[in-house]
This record gives sequence, C-alpha cells and structure tokens, in this order.
Amino acid sequence: MKAIVNVFLKQGVLDSQGKAVHHALDSLKFDGVNDVRVGKQIVLDLTAADEASAKAEVTEMCESLLANTVIEDYAIEIVS
Amino acid sequence: MKVSIIQFPGTNCEYDTQYAFEKLGATTEIVWHKETSIAADTDLVVVAGGFSYGDYLRSGAIARFSPVMQAVEAHAARGGKVLGICNGFQVLTESRLLPGALKRNEHLHFISRHHHLKVVGNENTFLQKLNKGDVVNIPIAHHDGNYYIDPEGLKALYDNDQVLLHYCDSEGNVSNPNGSVDAIAGVCNADKNVFGLMPHPERAMESILGSADGKAMLEGFFAS
Repeated sequence: MKAIVNVFLKQGVLDSQGKAVHHALDSLKFDGVNDVRVGKQIVLDLTAADEASAKAEVTEMCESLLANTVIEDYAIEIVS
Repeated sequence: MKVSIIQFPGTNCEYDTQYAFEKLGATTEIVWHKETSIAADTDLVVVAGGFSYGDYLRSGAIARFSPVMQAVEAHAARGGKVLGICNGFQVLTESRLLPGALKRNEHLHFISRHHHLKVVGNENTFLQKLNKGDVVNIPIAHHDGNYYIDPEGLKALYDNDQVLLHYCDSEGNVSNPNGSVDAIAGVCNADKNVFGLMPHPERAMESILGSADGKAMLEGFFAS
C-alpha cells in the first residue's frame, strides 16, 4: 500500500518559492496564472494491512515529522 | 560555568562556540547527539549552528529526534538554560521548546554577512548585559532564517517580553534581511530559560574578526 503526502505552507503564510516561480512564469509570458504554491510530495511504501490503519499511521508521521504544523498543512492520499 | 555544546552530524559551529565560551572562562564539553544524557553540572546547553542531518526534509526537523534532545528537553523542563544559535534555533522551534518556525529567506538567497541587531528585551539572562535599544553588529549566515509566528503568537511574545532582537541598520532603524515577522532575529520561551537566535554571537568575539559585540551577549549567561 502506498501513501502520497503533499505538504504545503499554510494559506496566509507567504510562500516565497511560489512567488518566485509565479514571477518567472510571468516573465515567460504565461499570464494566465493567478497564484503558485510550491510544496513537497513524500511517497511512502507501507506495510499497513488496510487503508484506515495506513491513514492513521501516516497522520501520526505528518504530525511528528513530515510537516511542521506551525507553518505547513498536509494532505494524505492512500493508493493501493 | 559549565557549557554543554550539542553536536549533530552536520553541525559546524561547535568549535567556534567552544572557543567563544572558553574565552569567557567557561568549561565546555561537546556532546555527540547519540548521548542520552548531558553532564549533571551543566549550566547552559548550546545547540550550535550548522546543518544538522544536512537539513534534509526541513532545517532542524530530524535533529529533534536525536537521543540527546530528550536530555536537552529535560534540562529545559527543570529550568536549565538552553541557547540555540542559527540551526540550533531551528532545532529548538522544531522541538517546540521555542514558539514559531523558520522559513526559507524571503528572497530565497543564502545570506552570509554582518548585520546589525537591536536589543528589544533585556529582562532575561541572555541579554542582561545589554540595554534595550542597544545596536550590536553580529554575523548572520542562513538560508532558512525567516521567522514566522501567527499574529496571536506574536502578540503573546511581545506581551511577555519574549522578543529578544530585531534586525536593523547601524542607526537602529528596522532593516529586515530575510522577511522575518516584525524583523525578529531572536526569541525566548515564556519561562525565559530557552533562547534562540539566527545570528552568530560566537563569531563576533574579537574585533579582528569584524566585531566583538558577541561577547556582551554571551556574557549574560555568566551573571547570576
């Protein structure tokens, strides 16, 4: 079972990397972009028996290590 | 005065820190991160600067789980003094020993130069040798020094005199190199025994190096 974790800065916390990418896209004349957020994706290969226990385990991982919840939000997707 | 200096894989300021505190008359010990205890007679734990665990994932995120950090947390919980410098500050915020978090510098550059700082709070051990409003010249060297805390947290910091230093120019006017909230360069915890700052006072111990202003900061720990 695999889990995909996406970690992004919280809304309201300035994402400087996103701003820089947005600016670069503007320079390349891609003018249809409202906003850019840059985050990271962490893919975990798990031994969990079922989706619920996988989700519970990955939530714990996010809270303790994978995300800094002072500034970051995370989203977990379980894929088989 | 006994100072225990924490060393993770990737720490690179442990010997500068040792030099600085020994120059001021302390006895020091460098403590490898696999240790599960620190010397019982430790007056001050310093989490030194560098790139703990290569700053993989996030600065300071992995170091937080090193065995020695449990001993550091226990020392802090007993009221023992802890100072985190640069990467050490990041480690202490990741450990939740200090409020807030450090983000990538606003302009995304690694900054390495001398910068002025204004003393905001001196009602604490660390900055007691300085006066409020004093301007000191201390090197900064960081990529993730952009201090963030939410508005509610920021208010609590000011209400409790936990903001230690603002980035400024030589005249004391706000000059923010990295986008930190309110140009904050350093903070302490509510109990005022855990301190963290991005600048490096241990690199400003001799005028031949550009500044000796770090001495007045570190000397605070020697006064009762």
